[in-house]
Amino acid sequence: MAKVEKSTNTKKPGRLTTLFNRLKSRKRHALIPFISAGDPDMATTKELIYTLEKSGADIIELGIPFSDPMADGPTIQASYERALKKGATPGGVLKLVRNVRRHSEIPIVLFGYYNPILAYGLERFAKNAHASGVDGVLVVDLPPEEAADLKAALNAVGIDLIFLLTPTSDSSRMDRVARVGSGFIYFVSLTGVTGARVKLSNKIPSYVTKARRHTGLPVGVGFGISTPAQAAEVCKTADGVVVGSAIINIIANTRGKKRVLSEVGKFVSKLKEGVDRA
Amino acid sequence: MRGPDKNGHFGIYGGRYISETLMPAVIELEKAYKKWKVDKEFKEELKFYLQEYTGRPTPLYYAERLTKKLGGAKIYLKREDLCHTGAHKINNTIGQILLARRMGKKRIIAETGAGQHGVATATVAAMFGLECEVFMGSEDIERQKPNVFRMKLLGAKVTPVTSGSRTLKDAMNEALRDWVTNVYNTFYIIGTVAGPHPYPMLVRDFQSVIGKEARAQIQKQTGQLPDLLIACVGGGSNAIGLFHPFLNDDTVKMVGVEAGGHGLKGHFHAASISGGTPGVLHGNKTYLLQDRLGQIKETHSISAGLDYPGVGPEHAWLHDTGRVKYKAITDKEALAGFKTLTLTEGIIPALESSHAIAYAVKCAPKMKKSEIIIINLSGRGDKDLETVSKEFKFKL
Ligand SMILES: Cc1ncc(COP(=O)(O)O)c(C=O)c1O
Repeated sequence: MAKVEKSTNTKKPGRLTTLFNRLKSRKRHALIPFISAGDPDMATTKELIYTLEKSGADIIELGIPFSDPMADGPTIQASYERALKKGATPGGVLKLVRNVRRHSEIPIVLFGYYNPILAYGLERFAKNAHASGVDGVLVVDLPPEEAADLKAALNAVGIDLIFLLTPTSDSSRMDRVARVGSGFIYFVSLTGVTGARVKLSNKIPSYVTKARRHTGLPVGVGFGISTPAQAAEVCKTADGVVVGSAIINIIANTRGKKRVLSEVGKFVSKLKEGVDRA
Repeated sequence: MRGPDKNGHFGIYGGRYISETLMPAVIELEKAYKKWKVDKEFKEELKFYLQEYTGRPTPLYYAERLTKKLGGAKIYLKREDLCHTGAHKINNTIGQILLARRMGKKRIIAETGAGQHGVATATVAAMFGLECEVFMGSEDIERQKPNVFRMKLLGAKVTPVTSGSRTLKDAMNEALRDWVTNVYNTFYIIGTVAGPHPYPMLVRDFQSVIGKEARAQIQKQTGQLPDLLIACVGGGSNAIGLFHPFLNDDTVKMVGVEAGGHGLKGHFHAASISGGTPGVLHGNKTYLLQDRLGQIKETHSISAGLDYPGVGPEHAWLHDTGRVKYKAITDKEALAGFKTLTLTEGIIPALESSHAIAYAVKCAPKMKKSEIIIINLSGRGDKDLETVSKEFKFKL
């Protein structure tokens, strides 16, 4: 087991904070692709991460597959099912991150549901995530009210716990989330589940502006964003944009690993152009 | 022993494990419930519909022939099967729809397993003229067809859910996805004592009418309190409804009967407390049927209403404190219980309720003749005739 370097890690700003500071000083925005760990298999996910980085990703969000993803639409549901059939586990995801770290320093955020993390053991999860080189964790079904235990475990190893804000969040929710969150705020662009949408809500700028009144943390926007033009639009106000289902659709609908990697690479490069246009 | 605390926790169980989008909605619901539950007009309206529409109070019936046949404790049946729509579920849907109306919600959604909760929801939505959509696993649609037809007649849209095990758990996932999408105008009527706070408390309170009536009725009829309460446990709403008003009566023992399916040894059961471990699903921490890695297992029960991998958080807590015992009854035993009650008393029970009957068949003979058992007969069996006829190799 890797030794937990408590004192140094809590003081040193994490990879996420460092990244957002650097982007801000250059007036740039973060492109944050989301993929499910283990879909179609862990080996491909590893290569996908390298491809995403080469194509312009600034942060990687990795989904930890769960049997009952209540916050996800059909694309990610199916993706998790494929990954679970191939034997994806939280332990396997941590191992994947450790492998990736041999060649890459890109910030990595794990995105998941609480039950698999709870079953793994919160402290064990935090310790091993830290040892693997995980930078942030976001648990969709864990609002601040229930997050004290995981927060303490992650704090001890210097991993950011990222929270969601949504169109339904009022000022008191925003304050509450701002108090406990770190790394960045993930603003959900719509009321609904994940999944590519044809149209973007025109309220996103006002959401982001409102969130900034309650938090100094960088604000990333996700859910439903699926084209370079939408990414560009979002980054006019946000600090970063998350794109998930649109990438996973490519992974699901393309035959052969080589072509998957090249198609995903092409798409993400275009997203990057969009983000850089903003 | 009182729960939940202000954050909705029953000991370590319960709580609010949901996406941030829904947090304001459950907080709004909690506030509305606190306000209205003490409101005189609300209470009177609820009482009116329970009496005049549902047919409450339901009888507490002394099952003399069943008692004789088993040769032990005296058995009383709390006749929730006589409620309008045929099960206890309507006690809760009336309460929740009255809240929905006061909160100005125009659209109602629900999940359903056996279809009883779906029917009870579609019924009250029809009565108040609200749009209603019910999510139901495609496997349950197949085995509870009469209820699907009833919901459709009542004007509800029945949406089949084809993900996962295609049963109640998946219907609840889909209802939550709908709620998160339509949160501003939609009221989610959860059908059991599960989900995020305040649902486990609110559904319990609405179902507690069962135990309140039974407590008064048994005292009136026998001059004493019962020795044992028995109820089946899916999510646990009919059980908590009967148990809760007796929790402070130390002499009253209680048994929640879970679906043992083909037996607890394999995977083919739905006994979350008897065969599960604590975890988080559908908004609360509770006992779950899950693998070592925290993935939810597929469950099995002959009764769709018990075929769920979780259980209400208050039951998890009552189990840990030892106040209530939880036992499993297999499909076979439940079918035998079904037959026994039908033939001895002329009452055809729901397969869910048959689990409670079957447990009484086991334990009543071992009890004294002076002792009293109350069984919650949570619903009637019309919806199960197709399943039962197949099992008994009858032609309908
Ligand atoms: C007749 C009947 N009894 C029991 C149940 C199980 O639910 P609960 O445990 O919430 O009472 C159902 C659920 O559909 C039902 O229809």
